Amino acid sequence: MNNAQPKSFFFAPENAVEAKKIIVKYPEGKQASAMLPLLDLAQRQHGGWLPRAAIVHVAEILDVPAIKAFEVASFYTMFNLEPVGKYLIQLCRTTPCWLKGGEDIARTCETRLGIKAGGTTPDGLFTIKEVECLGACVNAPVMQINDDYYEDLTPDSVMKILDDLAAGRQPKAGSQTGRCGSCACGKNGEGGEC
Amino acid sequence: MLADQDRIFTNLYGQAPWTLEGARRRGVWDGTAALIQKGSAWIIDEVKTSGLRGRGGAGFATGLKWSFMPNPSDRPHYLVVNADESEPGTCKDRDILRFDPHRLIEGALLAASAIHAHSVYIYIRGEFVREARHLQYAIDEAYNAGLIGRNACGSGFDCDVVLHRGAGAYICGEESALLESLEGKKGQPRNKPPFPANAGLYNCPTTVNNVETIASVGEILRRGGAWYAGIGRPKNSGTKLFCISGHVNTPCTVEEEMGISLRELIDKHAGGVRGGWFNLLAVIPGGSSVPLLPKHICETAIMDYDGLRDAGSALGSAGVIVMDKSTDLIAAIARLSHFYMHESCGQCTPCREGTGWVWRMMERMVRGKATTEEIDTLWDATKEIEGRTICALGDAAAWPVQGLIRHFRPLMEARMRDAGRSV
Repeated sequence: MNNAQPKSFFFAPENAVEAKKIIVKYPEGKQASAMLPLLDLAQRQHGGWLPRAAIVHVAEILDVPAIKAFEVASFYTMFNLEPVGKYLIQLCRTTPCWLKGGEDIARTCETRLGIKAGGTTPDGLFTIKEVECLGACVNAPVMQINDDYYEDLTPDSVMKILDDLAAGRQPKAGSQTGRCGSCACGKNGEGGEC
Repeated sequence: MLADQDRIFTNLYGQAPWTLEGARRRGVWDGTAALIQKGSAWIIDEVKTSGLRGRGGAGFATGLKWSFMPNPSDRPHYLVVNADESEPGTCKDRDILRFDPHRLIEGALLAASAIHAHSVYIYIRGEFVREARHLQYAIDEAYNAGLIGRNACGSGFDCDVVLHRGAGAYICGEESALLESLEGKKGQPRNKPPFPANAGLYNCPTTVNNVETIASVGEILRRGGAWYAGIGRPKNSGTKLFCISGHVNTPCTVEEEMGISLRELIDKHAGGVRGGWFNLLAVIPGGSSVPLLPKHICETAIMDYDGLRDAGSALGSAGVIVMDKSTDLIAAIARLSHFYMHESCGQCTPCREGTGWVWRMMERMVRGKATTEEIDTLWDATKEIEGRTICALGDAAAWPVQGLIRHFRPLMEARMRDAGRSV
């Protein structure tokens, strides 16, 4: 994994177009409102983390002092100021998940991947982070991997998800017991009969 | 118990398509133009009649809040929808965002017309990536169908709706921190006054409402405020989404009548407490920020604003966290203390420093490595935070610990005795 801070950062042509589209969503002169979306766009372009040059670039586009952009980038937990693995695993540690066995889920991840929370596997594939409430408490325990939530987890289902990712397969996101959203019915799938 | 025909959130579990066609089949976007054309005063009156109170946690009367907005002037007005759902135990807005986004967009249009706002910003928590995709898709559908934008629904009213994603900060659920964040800054709460109705987004008149509140508006206006007021108890009217998590047999989110008893809610919808009602230890009835209730109070607790206030807690965001007798209650609350320490924005010293003190003391309490006098010190530390901060996060950090001490002090003392450090 390349930990180096790049000397420069520019949006790729398609992202530069996207950035313009985002900025015009806000009133004239209020372009600073596009700060979070543009930092997110930059992070996605740069493999999941925000190098300093990207933060400076966003500040220049929005015409705000660079320090303001650094303040924002360091305030919000979703901005990674250091490189992360291809799959960023965020384990919910807050009480509703903890009550439902969140610690077993964390242990399973750490054992399977051979790293502790905060660490990255040597192949650069996985990073584990402990995070606060992900807001899917009735489907606890929950983890987020990149953009997707994985819910109603057990140590077995976590192993399967990690095995799939390691083998280059995309696991099915959402409830791992096939629940219909947050329903008590336990029946299967979106669009099914409750 | 809520009758099926009184349900507002009829696609809570994604049983039917969430797209425009599916939403229309559920009655969303039915006669919206006519409702807008009845005018701002009529809409606000109907919402006042309904008794709808803010569903984000504070429970402020929605119609009254809207009436604080000034008359139209040269300054633009804004409606901001708070979809930054992050309160531990709460995951109700998520189900509206992903499975019924058009109900939210229609409600936002109606509310915007009532407060003379031509721009709506929906601020969704950054982690909800899939939910944001559904909502953006629904917004695009609504634009293409002429339901929002110029001459929305053919009503003659112009209204733009913009989705804005956050980036991971619980504090941005506080309305003034949310506005700061929406302006592209750190999410640090503002001093009040001025209130957002006078100086909100971009220093312009702004109303901030929760997702569930706004998504209820369409049905309230279609069926009439009196219909909504007839559900639940006076001043505590309407339907409510409850999220029941923790040690229950079937955790779920469910729409129920306000004023349902806590026991009925758990038994009817969540399959009962794991191991039976007698295995219950305590319940946090309204999201992590409210004091817990021990079992003997849970027996009679009524799930609405006044009912839970009378029980010594609060309805909050109605995230019901159930804990059975296997729970290490001190550790459960210590986890919440860690949450507040992590989420403190760092602006006010009592909160920035105090939440760290409280968590470190709680960690020692978990292991029993403290003296019984330190329980009083811990209580004092929470009192040094409570009421001494710009926003309510300080109070929210204090109350769960105070609830623990109030109801379970003997448990804490026993832990210390067992650890051999009692004095």
